[in-house]
Amino acid sequence: MSGRVLVGVKRVIDYAVKIRVKPDNTGVVTDGVKHSMNPFCEIAVEEAVKLKEKKLIKEVVAVSCGPQQAQETIRTALAMGADRGIHVEVAGKDYETLGPLQVSKILAALAKKEDAQLIILGKQAIDDDCNQTGQMTAALLDWPQGTFASEVSLEGDKVKVVREIDGGLETIKINTPAVVTADLRLNTPRYATLPNIMKAKKKKIANVKPADLGVDLTSRLEVLRVDEPPQRQAGMKGSTELSRRDS
Amino acid sequence: MFPASRYSSRAHRCIRALKTVPTDHAAPQLYTTLHRRACSSVSAPRITTHYTIHPREKDPRWEGVEMERFGDEADVVIVGGGPAGLSAAIRLKQLANEHGKELRVCLVEKASQIGAHTLSGACLEPTALTELFPDWKERGAPLNTPVTEDVFSILTEKHRIPVPMLPGLPMRNHGNYIVRLGNFVRWLGEQAEELGVELYPGYAAAEVLFHEDGSVKGIATNDVGIAKDGSPKDVFERGMELHAKVTLFGEGCHGHLAKQLYKQFNLRENCEPQTYAIGLKELWMIDEKKWRPGRVEHSVGWPLNRNTYGGSFLYHLNEGEPLVALGFVVGLDYTNPYLSPFREFQRWKHHPFVAPTLEGGHRIAYGARALNEGGLQSIPKLTFPGGLLIGCSPGFMNVPKIKGTHTAMKSGMLAAEAIFPQITAESLDSETAGLHVPEYAETLKNSWVWKELYAVRNIRPSFHNYFGLYGGMVYTGVFYWIFRGKEPWTLKHCGLDAHQLKPAKDCTPIEYPKPDGKISFDLLSSVALSGTNHEGDQPPHLTLKDDSVPVARNLTIFDGPEQRFCPAGVYEYVPVETGDGMRLQINAQNCVHCKTCDIKDPSQNINWVVPEGGGGPAYNGM
Repeated sequence: MSGRVLVGVKRVIDYAVKIRVKPDNTGVVTDGVKHSMNPFCEIAVEEAVKLKEKKLIKEVVAVSCGPQQAQETIRTALAMGADRGIHVEVAGKDYETLGPLQVSKILAALAKKEDAQLIILGKQAIDDDCNQTGQMTAALLDWPQGTFASEVSLEGDKVKVVREIDGGLETIKINTPAVVTADLRLNTPRYATLPNIMKAKKKKIANVKPADLGVDLTSRLEVLRVDEPPQRQAGMKGSTELSRRDS
Repeated sequence: MFPASRYSSRAHRCIRALKTVPTDHAAPQLYTTLHRRACSSVSAPRITTHYTIHPREKDPRWEGVEMERFGDEADVVIVGGGPAGLSAAIRLKQLANEHGKELRVCLVEKASQIGAHTLSGACLEPTALTELFPDWKERGAPLNTPVTEDVFSILTEKHRIPVPMLPGLPMRNHGNYIVRLGNFVRWLGEQAEELGVELYPGYAAAEVLFHEDGSVKGIATNDVGIAKDGSPKDVFERGMELHAKVTLFGEGCHGHLAKQLYKQFNLRENCEPQTYAIGLKELWMIDEKKWRPGRVEHSVGWPLNRNTYGGSFLYHLNEGEPLVALGFVVGLDYTNPYLSPFREFQRWKHHPFVAPTLEGGHRIAYGARALNEGGLQSIPKLTFPGGLLIGCSPGFMNVPKIKGTHTAMKSGMLAAEAIFPQITAESLDSETAGLHVPEYAETLKNSWVWKELYAVRNIRPSFHNYFGLYGGMVYTGVFYWIFRGKEPWTLKHCGLDAHQLKPAKDCTPIEYPKPDGKISFDLLSSVALSGTNHEGDQPPHLTLKDDSVPVARNLTIFDGPEQRFCPAGVYEYVPVETGDGMRLQINAQNCVHCKTCDIKDPSQNINWVVPEGGGGPAYNGM
C-alpha cells in the first residue's frame, strides 16, 4: 500500500459573511468577499494529518480545484501538516459551473495517478451543500465509501468507519482503497500557525490542468436563476379552540 | 432595621446611602432605584478571563504547558496592514531595489485578508499616492470616482441651510477621488507582495518584545487555542516571535500595542491626550435615477445639538453600479451618556434631504471605527529605541478635511526613508540593540504633513465654546479661510474623551425613533452585515481591569453608556440570574474592532486587546 492520502479542500465564502445575490440573479457576489477553507475540509485535513502523526500513513496530499486563489487554501492545508499540494487550475466560466460531477472526475483521475490509498473529503461544502463529491468519487473509482464519518480507524488493509446516520451511529468496515467523508464530530482541526505558514511556503504545490487528467469540465446543469430566500412572514396567532378539540 | 450580618459590604454601603439620601433631592426615586439596581445581592461575577489580566504564570491550569515560542528574524517588522503600514513596506522595498540591497520586510495584520478591517468614507487626496507610485493609474489603483460635485449643508430637523464650498475651505474636495478604502488597501497589498514584502494577514501582533536594554526587539503574534475560561485547549499553540532591527507600529486609531508603548517609553509626556470620534458607515445600492456619480455631500447640525461635534457624509461612487457610501461621525467628547452614535446615524438618514436618495435602495454593508481628532496637539513622541509609530496610530488626520489617509501614507513613506540608510548600513552604529531612528520625526516635521496639520490645528478645539458648532464655523471662516491658520496661538483640547461624560442624573435621555426597517435599522441586523465573527471559545478580548467597576460605577453614575456607544452591541446590562441587580454581559464575538469602548469608558476600565488573528469584521471595500 502506498500509504498516500489525498485530501480535497475547497475554498468557499466564509461562513460568517452575509451573502448577497448579484443584481442580475446569476449567482452570489464573490468579488473581494472573505473566503476560507470549507469547515468540513478542515476536519478532513486534520484527520489525515492525525493518521500521519500516528504513522499509519506516509504522505498527505492536499488537492483544490479553482482559480489562482485556491492556492491560499492549499497553503493552509500545508500549514496544518499536509506534505504537498496539487492545484487543479479551473478559472472563469468553467469555475462558475464547476460542480461535484467534474470534481469527482478530477479526484478519481488524481487518485489513480497518485496511487492513493485513501481519499478523505469533507462531507459537503457550505456554499452549495451538495454532499455528492465523496459519493461520486467512490462510484467512479468503484471504491467503498464511509461517509459522514465521526470516527475513522485504520486496521491493517481495512478502514473502520463510524458513521452518523439519522437513527444513530453505524459502524462499518470497508476495504482500502476507500473514500471517507468527514462529519463535524470527527475531530477539532488545529490552527494553521504562522511558523507553519512560513514553512508551508517551502512545500511544493504542483499545477495541473483538468485536460491533462483527461477530464471534461462541461456541466450537465444550467443555473437558471439565483434568488434570496423569501422574507420570513410574521407568524399568526392560532386560536385556543383547536388545541382543546384535539385533546 | 436591616439585620447587619446578612448583607455583603456593598449592600451595607447601599443601605447606608439609602438612609442618608436627602428628601429634597431633585429626583429621589430615580437615584435610589439606580442604587438598588447597582447593588446585586451576589458579588461581581467573573467576566474577564484574559491572561493579560490574570497572568498564566500564577494559574495552576497552565502548569507544565510548553510556553516556548518559535522565533524568526527580519530586517523590518511592520504591525498593521493599512495605508501607513503598506506604504512603509512598499517604500522600503522600492529603496532596496534602487540600491540593490536585500531587505526582509514582514508585515502582520490581524484581519483575515488585507483590507478586511479597513473602513473609511473616503475622499482620497492622491498626493501621497502620486509620490509613492507616480504611475498609479497604469497600475490599476482603484481610484475610479473623481469628485464632481461638493455639497455642504447645515441641517435642522426639517430643513437644510446650504453652505457654499468656496475654494480655500478645508472641506473642498476638488481634485480628490471617492474611493472604497478597503479596495485601495487591497490593491496596495498586491503591490507590496509584488515587490517582495512578506504579508501575513490573519496573524495579530499581540505582544511587544524587548531586548535586555529595554529597546524594542520585535513582536509576538497571538497565542491560539485558549478556552473561554482562560484554560489551555488541546489545540493550544504559542504565537510566533518576529524579531527586527526596527519595528513599525501602524495599528490605526488607538492601537492596543501603541497604548502599551506610550506607557513604556513615556511618549505622551509633552503632548495633549488624543481626542477621538466614532465613524459609522453603510454602503447602499440605490435607485439608478437617484445616482449622481462623483457627488460628495457633507452635513453638520441635526440630529446633533450644537455642542456635540459631528456630522455626516454621503458619497456617490462611480464603479459601474449605483453605490453610495454614507455615514455619520460623532465626536467622542460628547457629554450626554444617553447619546447613542448608532441611533443618531439611523435617525439622520430620515432627514428630508437624505431619505429621498435612499428610498428604493437597499443596504449592503455596515461598519464602524474610531478616528483621531486631536491633530497636531496630540501627536506623541514618534520614535523610541527599536521602533516608531506611523499612520493614524499617533494620529495625523486632518480633521476639518476629514482626511487622514494621505498623511498616514506619507508618514509610512517617511519612516521607510528614515530607517533605510540605518538598517542597510555596513556597521550598525547604535547605542541600543533595537535601532533608534529620531530622523523620522525630524523629516516628518519638515514635510507637508506637518504644515497641513499646523494650519488646521485650531479648528477642532475652536468648537469648545458656548456657541459650539456655530462658534467653530465662525472661527474656521476667519482664521483658516482668511488667515490660513497663521494665528500665533494654539488652542487646547478639553482632556480625555472618557472624562467628558456627565452623570446620567444630570442629563435627559434621548428619545430615538424606532427603526423602520427600510431606511433605518436595528443594531443587530447591522452588526450581521459587518460579517464580524470570532472564534467563540476564546477569552473575551474586551478585558476589564476590575470586573466590579461596570455595575458599581458605569451603570450607577452614567447608566451604562457602553450599551449605547458600542456600534456592535457588545455590551449589555442584563439582570443577574438569581437575586436582584444587573451584571455586564460582554458579547465579544460581535466586536468590530472600532476601539470606541477603550476610548470612551468613563472609568477607563475597559482594555481592548487583540483577539485571535483572523477574527473581526469581514469588510469588503468599505
